[in-house]
Amino acid sequence: MNIKEKIIQIVPDAQFSEQEILIATVPAEHFHTLAERLHSDEDMQFDFLQCMTGMDWGESLGVICHLVSTVHGHRVAIKTMTGDRENPELPTISDIWKAAELNEREIYDFFGIRFINHPDMRRLYLRSDWVGYPLRKDYNSDESINPLRMTNEETIDTTETLHLTSDGKIESEENVIFDEKEYVINVGPQHPATHGVLRFRVSLAGETVKKIDVNCGYIHRGIEKLCEGLTYPQTLAFTDRLDYLAAHQNRHALCMCIEKGMGIEVPERVQYIRTIMDELQRIDSHLLFFSCLCMDLGALTAFFYGFRDREKILDIFEETCGGRLILNYNTIGGVQDDIHPNFVKRVKDFIAYLPPVLEEYHSLFTGNIIAQQRLKGIGVLSREDAISFGVTGASGRASGWANDVRKRTPYGVYDKVDFKEIVYTEGDSFARYMVRMDEILESIHIIEQLIDNIPEGPFQVKTKPIIRIPEGSYYASTEASRGEFGVYIESQGEKSPYRMKFRSTGLPLVSVVDTIASGGKIADLIAIGATLDYVVPDIDR
Amino acid sequence: MNGFNKYISSLYNGIVSLLTGMKTSITVFFRKKTTEQYPENRATLKMFDRFRGTLSMPHDEQNHHKCVACGICQMNCPNGTIRIESEIITDEEGKKKKVLKRYMYDLGSCLFCQLCVNTCPHDAIKFDNTFEHAVYTREKLIHQLNHENSTVENK
Amino acid sequence: MFDFRIVTSWIHQMLTSYMSEGWALLIECVAIGIGILLMYAFLAIVLIYMERKICAFFQCRLGPNRVGPFGSIQVFADVFKMLIKEIITIKHVDKFLFALAPYMVIIASILAFSCLPIAKGLEVLDFNIGVFFLMAVSSIGVLGILMAGWSSNNKFSLIGAMRSGAQIISYELSVGLSILTIVVLTGTLQFSEIVEAQADGWFLFKGHIPAFIAFVVFLIAGNAETNRGPFDLPEAESELTAGYHTEYSGMHFGFFYVAEFLNMFTVAGVAASVFLGGWMPLHIPGLDAFNAIMDYIPSIIWFFGKTFFVVFLLMWIKWTFPRLRIDQLLTLEWKYLLPINLANLLLMVLIVVFGLHF
Repeated sequence: MNIKEKIIQIVPDAQFSEQEILIATVPAEHFHTLAERLHSDEDMQFDFLQCMTGMDWGESLGVICHLVSTVHGHRVAIKTMTGDRENPELPTISDIWKAAELNEREIYDFFGIRFINHPDMRRLYLRSDWVGYPLRKDYNSDESINPLRMTNEETIDTTETLHLTSDGKIESEENVIFDEKEYVINVGPQHPATHGVLRFRVSLAGETVKKIDVNCGYIHRGIEKLCEGLTYPQTLAFTDRLDYLAAHQNRHALCMCIEKGMGIEVPERVQYIRTIMDELQRIDSHLLFFSCLCMDLGALTAFFYGFRDREKILDIFEETCGGRLILNYNTIGGVQDDIHPNFVKRVKDFIAYLPPVLEEYHSLFTGNIIAQQRLKGIGVLSREDAISFGVTGASGRASGWANDVRKRTPYGVYDKVDFKEIVYTEGDSFARYMVRMDEILESIHIIEQLIDNIPEGPFQVKTKPIIRIPEGSYYASTEASRGEFGVYIESQGEKSPYRMKFRSTGLPLVSVVDTIASGGKIADLIAIGATLDYVVPDIDR
Repeated sequence: MNGFNKYISSLYNGIVSLLTGMKTSITVFFRKKTTEQYPENRATLKMFDRFRGTLSMPHDEQNHHKCVACGICQMNCPNGTIRIESEIITDEEGKKKKVLKRYMYDLGSCLFCQLCVNTCPHDAIKFDNTFEHAVYTREKLIHQLNHENSTVENK
Repeated sequence: MFDFRIVTSWIHQMLTSYMSEGWALLIECVAIGIGILLMYAFLAIVLIYMERKICAFFQCRLGPNRVGPFGSIQVFADVFKMLIKEIITIKHVDKFLFALAPYMVIIASILAFSCLPIAKGLEVLDFNIGVFFLMAVSSIGVLGILMAGWSSNNKFSLIGAMRSGAQIISYELSVGLSILTIVVLTGTLQFSEIVEAQADGWFLFKGHIPAFIAFVVFLIAGNAETNRGPFDLPEAESELTAGYHTEYSGMHFGFFYVAEFLNMFTVAGVAASVFLGGWMPLHIPGLDAFNAIMDYIPSIIWFFGKTFFVVFLLMWIKWTFPRLRIDQLLTLEWKYLLPINLANLLLMVLIVVFGLHF
């Protein structure tokens, strides 16, 4: 089956470019039709919106959507644009892929593109009184336009939806998020259970959660904007600061994407080291997940167990990479430094130490009747929702969606090792928890296979002093600790990227909170938040 | 009767699971503690040699450093952390030469990305292991890395 | 065994030889009041220190170790800090109730604490309905918590207070019924008599299985009554930040904090008195020499030893288990503890009626 022919059948005036994957550019008025057909057509079934990127091409504004079919496994990217820079409007696709809902709000926030029929056209990250759209190329970053505001941002309980009327005019309709009589509490931005500065506005009926409105942006640093003004090696420093529990994997993804663009082959030794580091990072992240889940459920002792053992990984990292959290290890074409002489021994000690300790975790927490009752059957995320929202990683695998990037598109040396993809089908909090606990063992298994076989060789390929990527667009992704972390680079051949988009692993996770936590208790919301395991700097970027 | 059996077995299993947990926690109670007693262990505390504490510029006994004030580190810094002040002096032979006057490093905005160290052509700077960075004002975080009256090493 | 009644009656005689009976009583009451408050404060400090150390040891940590040897002065320093802290007045609160709430909580706690028979002849409030009195005054505390939650003008506080109300009202039943089991066995509501009745064996051993079940139920329900983990829902820090005392500062917060610890002590003390013989030494019928040696240990040590053992048990539980959810909390009470308790009470009645106990 040829996707290109299919698309031409639906939209005859589509334009194509093929670079790694097929990119179809369609006019805005056909965009929704095409999207719908791509999603529903038997032969295509593009049900997973992998990445949605807003773009400013100078004279036009638009979006690129990377689509994946979980049934057939093929990929395509569709692109649309509008020439109107004053009032850019595009049709929404949030009715087809739920993942688009927050992504479109993000694009509205950064590019000012308003999506017609989108139910909630508010800014996602920036304050509602922000002037201008920062990721547009003609954005005026003068500080007098957007000074440091000393007043609190007004919380608005209404939002707007745009409709296209039959005579082609656009009408705005007001939607009420919370009405005046509702008992709305703020869980966050300063709250022990949000693991950072994330804010949920939660409407309650007694102990029962009625509705949740996610407010992001409290730690938004504009990393994507910053990257546009930096050289490629400089952009690397930011990836460690997105999801700090997936620093290695994030940086791995960015390095892979740049290496793909430059066409460098990375030495095998580097591949081995990167893979081992990625897995250590995953164990680190999952141990922290265990700790925080226990803390959120009130089992503070278990929290310390997790931290005690995580410390050992941090020591391994510190010895080789020079940092504990900000690891700064992968570089373009290699790694910062060769592995430390003690590295292999320390890692072996650690992987021998961990399994018995995990047994202890299970006896203390997993088997505990209170923990089980608080997790089982709570916050059930169906497989369809997981795919539609793009909930990748362990949370998606707990819903029965085998989405592991390590299996789907192997990178590093994942194709040479034997490991199982942990999939549970229950989709509840307990499944999300168990997937991660099992993945720790699986990661240990991967490291066991690699640690003795690290080949000799250089740890860094020689690169030019100034790195440029040929014109084009590139996408690379890794399986980060909490999902697929993707990097999309659009290059115009300069020494800095024209547009660099990071596919957040956390944004889909918070977008499902309303769906799966409504109707539960307040305590369930906390348990769901903990088992989804989002990291806020990764959501806000 | 089935319901009653379920009731009893759930009660029994619940109690057993609770007791297992209590057994684990009491064994840990008597185990060695993992607390590191900083700052009491300051004398014995040794950081890993790759640990990135502060950017520093090594000087030898004659107060020579290796920096030629080329500014590559400053250019490569993603955050504008490094500021190099140089001056043009005329040496004995009458040649004009650019020398380092002040190498200012703002620890407060450093990302520890190591690009400055990686790109330095003369290995003039490196990260040392000091980590006690706490000061009372931001101004104190701005360090001058070259010593007073230091000069560049003659090769 | 030393009887503290010798001391108290000597003081009484000495005072009455100088003044009229009324004045003597007044002076004694004041002295006892001060004594109770001092002991209350001292025990609070000991318990907080103990909690912090034990919690640390469960968590692979060392706990406070900076102020004084092994951190022993830490809690004194904390109390001092708390005393000199400003009590912040918050806008839009119900000022009267807001200020009253911590005092309600602490008064309830002190009154319940006064009922404990600390040593032989050392009982402050000891009368024929002592058990009943203790139950009554200890439940005043929930009023204070409800007031605090309501008056704080904070949505989290209100949820916390409502949870607390539901929780304490439910678990009051189990506490009452489990003590009632022992009351059935002894036939008295007076604490001193309950303790005296255990001279030839503690009720935990004398009362067969029902006494043991009642003991376990009492520990669970008592723990829930004091709002301590795993039943700390009213102040569940990961859900409600600090629950009903979110808005309190300085010593007002201190009162809530101290009352929680002393309530735990009271629960442990009641458990020790009712099930473990209180200040009564360990006596095994038939072993007279052994019993005589046991009698040499002062009764006050017996009481505190047993009470702190129960306190340790409660802390062990708190630092092992995750927190329950509100519906599970109520399920545990109404579907498990209460029916078990009722059946247990019936069993005990049968045992007493047929004279099957030791």
